[in-house]
Amino acid sequence: MQRERLVLIGNGMAGVRALEELLALTPDLYEITVFGAEPYGNYNRILLSPVLAGEKTLDQIMLNDERWYADQGITLHKGKTVAQIDRCGRRVIAADGTEAAYDRVILATGSSPIMLPVPGKDLPGVNTFRDIFDVNAMLAASRTSRHAVVIGGGLLGLEAANGLQKRGMEVTVVHLLDTLMERQLDKPAADLLRAELESRGLRFLTGHQTETFLGTERVEGVRFKDGGEVGADIVVMAAGIRPNAELARQAGLHCERGVVVNDTMQTYDPRIYALGECAQHRGNTYGLVAPLFEQAKVCANHLARLGYARYAGSVTSTKLKVTGIDLFSAGDFQGGPDTEEILLKDAARGVYKKVVLKDNRVIGSVLYGDTVDGSWYFQLMKDGTDVSHLREHLLFGQAHVGDSGHGAATRAAALADDAEICGCNGVCKGAIVGAIVDKKLFTLDEVRAHTKASSSCGSCTGLVEELLATTVGADYTQTPRTRPVCTCTHYTHEEVRRAITENLLKSIPAARQFLEWKTPDGCHVCRPALNYYLLCAWPGEYIDDSQSRFINERAHANIQKDGTFSVIPRIWGGVTNPHELRAIADVAEKYHVPTLKITGGQRIDLLGVKKENLPQVWGDLSRAGFVSGHAYGKALRTVKTCVGSEWCRFGTQDSTTMGIRLEKMTWGAWTPHKTKMAVSGCPRNCAEATIKDFGVVAVDSGWEIHVGGNGGVKVRVTDLLGKVTTMEEVEEYCAAFMQLYREDARYLERTAPWIERVGLELVRKMIVDDGENRRRLAARFLESQKHAQVDPWAERAGGSERREFTPIHPVTPRAVA
Amino acid sequence: MQWLEVGGLDEVPRLGARVVRTGHGDIAVFRSADDKIFALDDRCPHKGGPLSQGIVYDRRVACPLHNWVISLESGAATGPDSGCTRRHEVKVENGRVYVSIAAVEVRTRGQGDSEAFAATGT
Repeated sequence: MQRERLVLIGNGMAGVRALEELLALTPDLYEITVFGAEPYGNYNRILLSPVLAGEKTLDQIMLNDERWYADQGITLHKGKTVAQIDRCGRRVIAADGTEAAYDRVILATGSSPIMLPVPGKDLPGVNTFRDIFDVNAMLAASRTSRHAVVIGGGLLGLEAANGLQKRGMEVTVVHLLDTLMERQLDKPAADLLRAELESRGLRFLTGHQTETFLGTERVEGVRFKDGGEVGADIVVMAAGIRPNAELARQAGLHCERGVVVNDTMQTYDPRIYALGECAQHRGNTYGLVAPLFEQAKVCANHLARLGYARYAGSVTSTKLKVTGIDLFSAGDFQGGPDTEEILLKDAARGVYKKVVLKDNRVIGSVLYGDTVDGSWYFQLMKDGTDVSHLREHLLFGQAHVGDSGHGAATRAAALADDAEICGCNGVCKGAIVGAIVDKKLFTLDEVRAHTKASSSCGSCTGLVEELLATTVGADYTQTPRTRPVCTCTHYTHEEVRRAITENLLKSIPAARQFLEWKTPDGCHVCRPALNYYLLCAWPGEYIDDSQSRFINERAHANIQKDGTFSVIPRIWGGVTNPHELRAIADVAEKYHVPTLKITGGQRIDLLGVKKENLPQVWGDLSRAGFVSGHAYGKALRTVKTCVGSEWCRFGTQDSTTMGIRLEKMTWGAWTPHKTKMAVSGCPRNCAEATIKDFGVVAVDSGWEIHVGGNGGVKVRVTDLLGKVTTMEEVEEYCAAFMQLYREDARYLERTAPWIERVGLELVRKMIVDDGENRRRLAARFLESQKHAQVDPWAERAGGSERREFTPIHPVTPRAVA
Repeated sequence: MQWLEVGGLDEVPRLGARVVRTGHGDIAVFRSADDKIFALDDRCPHKGGPLSQGIVYDRRVACPLHNWVISLESGAATGPDSGCTRRHEVKVENGRVYVSIAAVEVRTRGQGDSEAFAATGT
């Protein structure tokens, strides 16, 4: 069969990214031809500044060399500029006469620097800063001459100025306005930046309008409107960019500033797509890499005839790629009449932070000197998170909100190469940066796959993202806010859950089929999630799929590094007795358990039990009255208590009884992630209830209820949900909270990040303000518990799932000819 | 080639695995959704995790210790990870599963025993 012909015009980052995405989706659908005006493969244009500054070489910024095009079977016409698109004849014609017929076209012609229309602009020595030619021209000039003038004090101009200065030139930056980088910075931040750059030796002429470039043979200087002059051996124009829409315009496609496209990146001719800097989408044009990559994904999806992806515009952030200067800017950082500003300015340390809020939501931010939290503010902004509960700490950063005291260590750029970033997998900064550079990684997922950093507990995710940002250049592909469950599907957790309940899907295959899963069996990421969602949606009805459970939940014990298992029986509220202790001691001796350990959750761990012995161990424990402690599951773990008013001279309520009642009510419940509780008998809080998922603190007049705490990788203190007077009320709140968490959180999301994501207000509204809803939630929880409170240990000790625990001992070897 | 009779196809759960104890160490026998059988050493090339305890999908298993994904067909780690665990020939005849333990010389795993094939009896 004749394949369709796809022609890419523009061999830059956006266009080639679209091809990569397309080839990943459908490698054989198109016969692909690429026209590129530059005589190179595809390189990372963002990194031209470091090349100019001598911090990187051209080789280091190549993304796809010619070999890649050959390997993919792509015809590459490099150094050929397309002169015409003949839409009637469906062919693309280059200036040198090369032609290519097409069925589809991707226009990715990028943008051009704006040349000021002043006399002398065509003199030799007047340069732009756009491609490798320009960089080479500037490098050549820097070797032979001394004075450089950069026109434009924006992002690009400052990067050019910095690069030329690094190459030994004396550089003057001319800017029309008073504020440098006025599209990204407010006045105070711009002043700090200017002071820093001046201390490095750059000269600034702000409020200067260029009138003429002086010189006859080549440029010799610049004269301004006010009559002043400055000498120059080289002038760099960096006064802005303009989308390259001329080719499209000539072809009769509708253009405004750029080539106008719809949400599937198609122009007014549906055979022709446009993306990248040349495209104009919903009135916006973008010059940063993250939006271009999002567009590439959508375009590829449509070309691959999948057609479900839509581009809805991007929220962007910027950073300046000048070594040693940390600067971050996003959104509406100027603010207006109905906005608020939270400010921190410490000129001596060179730090300035400003977060602009509207209705308690972040709408913009400028950071100078300390940009570690840029990605956090950016995320809060994109998510539209209500930050009212964070306000007092907001400017001190995410570290201050709680991350077990990593604090100052979270300054990625300042770290040494051998600094350990990922404590779980022992990955150092150098290894991550090396992988990003060598393997050309752009996303967090790619870094995770190649280095394993941030792939276990995730507490270093912010740091890894920071490293990506500083290494790739600021606008690496940010992890999207709503992501699919895994690569087997394009649906998010929320979409999957909704489909399950709305369409009465009651098995994993049914859900996969309805949602058009891309893989036959799913994978180790989506199967456990689906199993949980189905279990939560259809209690008593859904049949648990043990092969979709992680081994710990399948075997009802915790796998250890040597393949043995640990067994933790439930000890209600941490209260035990001689009979129970004796039974545990007997089991330990009988099965030669090598280690007994008191856990942090007030229980006893029997470590090193062989899998085949588990059913017998459980049988013995069952007979002594124990049930499973679920220490292995995404389930209710422990309820930690203090001795409370029964013994303690400070105790105000009977916290032990309260804890046991909560544990009796909630044990056996499966939850999105593990769930821990505690009950303290007085505000001294010896049971540490304020770092638990659900914590109760007794006061003289009743019980305080706290939720969303965490004592793990990222310490988070609970939020106070409310105060009640009776034990029955505590139980009702607890059941309602459990059910809300079970029904609303994503699989593998602990209560702490869940509450930070959805906001405490939601929890309060559903549980505290609306008593009717609270009772309904609690009732659903108790109903589900009727089916969940079956001791899995007793079942297995009684012989169910025997296969799981029995190895095969082959009878006799047999020779078969 | 010597074949070791492991048992009935039904004794290995779909999208699951069983451990087979042999004189050459533990072998993990897997069964895919379409009832294909595969056998690998029960050791992940990463840190020796028991692959038989992992989640099985398509032609792969995810190691229970650190989620390396190992190809059931080749024993090789997939994605950017590299490493390979020994695979063994299998066949199913009349609903019975047979494994032929690959020669130890192919990839020495410290078993030490490269002599004639022998399995522990029960």
